Amino acid sequence: MRRSSVVALLLAVSAAACGGGDEGGGTEFSATTVPEGPATATVDGAGFEPGPLGAVEVAPGEEIQIRSLNSISGDVAFLGMPNQRGAELAIADYGPVAGRSVSLGTPLDDLCSPDGGQAAAQSVVADPGVVGLIGTTCSAAAVAAAPLISDAGMVMIAPSNTSPALTSDLAGTPGSAYRPGYYRTSHNDLFQARAVALFVRNELGYSTAAAIHDGDPYTQGLAQAFRDAFEELGGELTGFTAVNKGDTDMIAALTEVAVGAPEAIFFPIFMPEGGFIVQQVDGVSGLADTTLIVSAALLVDNFMELPESAGVYISGPDLRFGNNANSFTGRTADGLLGVYVDTYGDKPSAGYWGHAYDATTMLLSAIEQVAVEVEGTLYIDRQALREQLHASSFDGIIGPIACDGFGDCGSQLIAVIHHTDPRDIEAGKGNVVFDYAPARSDAEAG
Amino acid sequence: MARSFPVPIRRWRRRGWGDALIWIIRIAAILVIAWGISGTVAQSVNGEGPTGEAWRDLVVAGVAQGALYGLIALGYSMVYGVLRFINFAHGEVFMSGAMVGFFVADHLWEIRLWETNFILAILMVLASSILTSALVAMLVERVAYRPLRGSPRMIPLITSIGIAFFLQYTFAGLFGVAVKSYPPPPDSLRSRVEFLGFEVEGTKLAVMGVALVAMVGLYLFVERTRTGRAIRAVAEDSEMAALMGIDVDRTIVTTFAVGGALAGVAGTLWALLFRGVSFITGFLPGIKAFTAAVLGGIGNLGGAMAGGLLLGLFEGVGPQLVLGGFGVPAVSQLKDVVAFTALVLVLVFKPTGLFGERLSDEDRA
Repeated sequence: MRRSSVVALLLAVSAAACGGGDEGGGTEFSATTVPEGPATATVDGAGFEPGPLGAVEVAPGEEIQIRSLNSISGDVAFLGMPNQRGAELAIADYGPVAGRSVSLGTPLDDLCSPDGGQAAAQSVVADPGVVGLIGTTCSAAAVAAAPLISDAGMVMIAPSNTSPALTSDLAGTPGSAYRPGYYRTSHNDLFQARAVALFVRNELGYSTAAAIHDGDPYTQGLAQAFRDAFEELGGELTGFTAVNKGDTDMIAALTEVAVGAPEAIFFPIFMPEGGFIVQQVDGVSGLADTTLIVSAALLVDNFMELPESAGVYISGPDLRFGNNANSFTGRTADGLLGVYVDTYGDKPSAGYWGHAYDATTMLLSAIEQVAVEVEGTLYIDRQALREQLHASSFDGIIGPIACDGFGDCGSQLIAVIHHTDPRDIEAGKGNVVFDYAPARSDAEAG
Repeated sequence: MARSFPVPIRRWRRRGWGDALIWIIRIAAILVIAWGISGTVAQSVNGEGPTGEAWRDLVVAGVAQGALYGLIALGYSMVYGVLRFINFAHGEVFMSGAMVGFFVADHLWEIRLWETNFILAILMVLASSILTSALVAMLVERVAYRPLRGSPRMIPLITSIGIAFFLQYTFAGLFGVAVKSYPPPPDSLRSRVEFLGFEVEGTKLAVMGVALVAMVGLYLFVERTRTGRAIRAVAEDSEMAALMGIDVDRTIVTTFAVGGALAGVAGTLWALLFRGVSFITGFLPGIKAFTAAVLGGIGNLGGAMAGGLLLGLFEGVGPQLVLGGFGVPAVSQLKDVVAFTALVLVLVFKPTGLFGERLSDEDRA
């Protein structure tokens, strides 16, 4: 082989090696903006005067435009489709807003990736008639989409983003990816991490654990938060490593964590990598009896059907909605589930349908509160809308919803289930062995 | 008066600074690797690093993975041998076998043959996988590459990349994008067995054994059969082979079929090892297998297999052995970096690959 060919091949291979890295790695923000000041929109004899972020004008006879941006194709469609459908059902239940019907437009796909989130957000902000959107499904997509949406003065309410980076550390410091105009009805993973740490330390009685993530903002944030919470409770994290999305061989990562002989491994990652871990863990010396714990990312049929998934603990939002009802529509959780099945022919494939429903009614209600009609044209002031969303406080399908200053609005109720029988997935989903409500559980834990 | 330098300096001046740079890279690489390994050894001595059993697991997993890379790499090398171009669609040929094998395995699981007679079931899956991969490879050769015979090498190369995407998305469209999980092998195969004084997982041992048998079979086929001699003749000089009465088209399509069949074997072994298959399953193993073929010496069949095994070992053991010594966190996430860096370093030391390229007289000229 000629030397010039060798040099060309070396360059190509180096590029390939570097290109396979962390998808979310290139998108870091240092926003320190806090929620904005009072709206300045006014209505006087001269007409409507919008606030600093401008206003959406809805001409007579036109619909109010909002969008759904969720993972509706690929491996993560199981998570995004219920979000999309929850939003559709909420719009149908809520009815007209300020006398106008609401259009969700063509569903947009975040592809559960930064690239997908950014591309879809660009198409949203290109239309100044859009008020806001319901999404994204994945935190990685939201990290890329939020700056565009925020800079355009729009709002986004996410039903299933959970990365702490998107909101705050719950102690008043904004997350690295926080942008004004971002809200979510899903929980902050700092709560989920705290719940898993309490479960491992106090319920299982373990003093050592390891964590594995895949570099995605969601998985890395949750694994890191678990590490912090577990060590705060006196546990020792004996291993903390990562796999790559797309990896099939998990032996190296498992061997890395096996060095510390952990009693439990927490790996809040997605399929198929999560499936490969449970399938290969027995092949690594010292891990045969280790307890495996995953997050809601693996609360899916194609993981729970794997024979090797038996015995795994799964943490996620507490889906025991009971008799909860949405304040705006009066729809109960059971009633919504029935309508969902009737409309779409199957049960939700993931647990955030209620979060999406509540997120959509929250947006519609806020629009209704701030919309002003002047000579037949409806004006929705963007600054006022953000303020109204921050002030949201209502009962939702998922429980009480109230927003903090950084857009965390969810009920923050977490449950850990024990999946014991891959042939009876539904039984596993209902087998709650630990639940967590921030104030109560932390008080109990002292 | 002309300046006179000592002999070594004059030699350097003749060779140029490019050579000096290559030597600096070589020395730096050796120092970095030695430093990393010494750090890892120090950790193990202090009881902080992986145990002996852990190293054994890493080596076995690396060799098993490498055996798969080697099997796929054989297809790259064989095609390169006769046509002098890299068939980048070969990873998808491998995926097609694994994908069709999944549907056969799933059916056998449903009728419980998988559990009651695993040997028969896996042989049926293997047959379907081999057949599919061989057929896809032949079809690609006939439809996409044969019409381009004689055109500049870049044209079939680009075509092969297009074919790779075509196959990926054809399978995605036909069977969906979700990962399909093969049924689990029986416990008896997954349990550890004693082999050469080591406890090795049965599945990995089976993968290594079947890969070895396939490699020996290929060697015998190429060296001892009439068709194998025809393949070697076409690889050496296709025009001369044609003048000697060899049907070149038929020989080339046979080469694709044999390479495809080996990829089909790899597809079934992949399923035994990792169980999951999707439309993009062939992409990264394909790139790695191409890397293995270059590592061993493109066109060299023995080199392709050895390159695969070495690449698997680099991937399996390298991150922990070298990077672990520097205290790099999450080293297993860097295994691709280690694999490609290993290729770079091998080419820096030996640009024709570890075992040398196998070129025809025409190419050598």
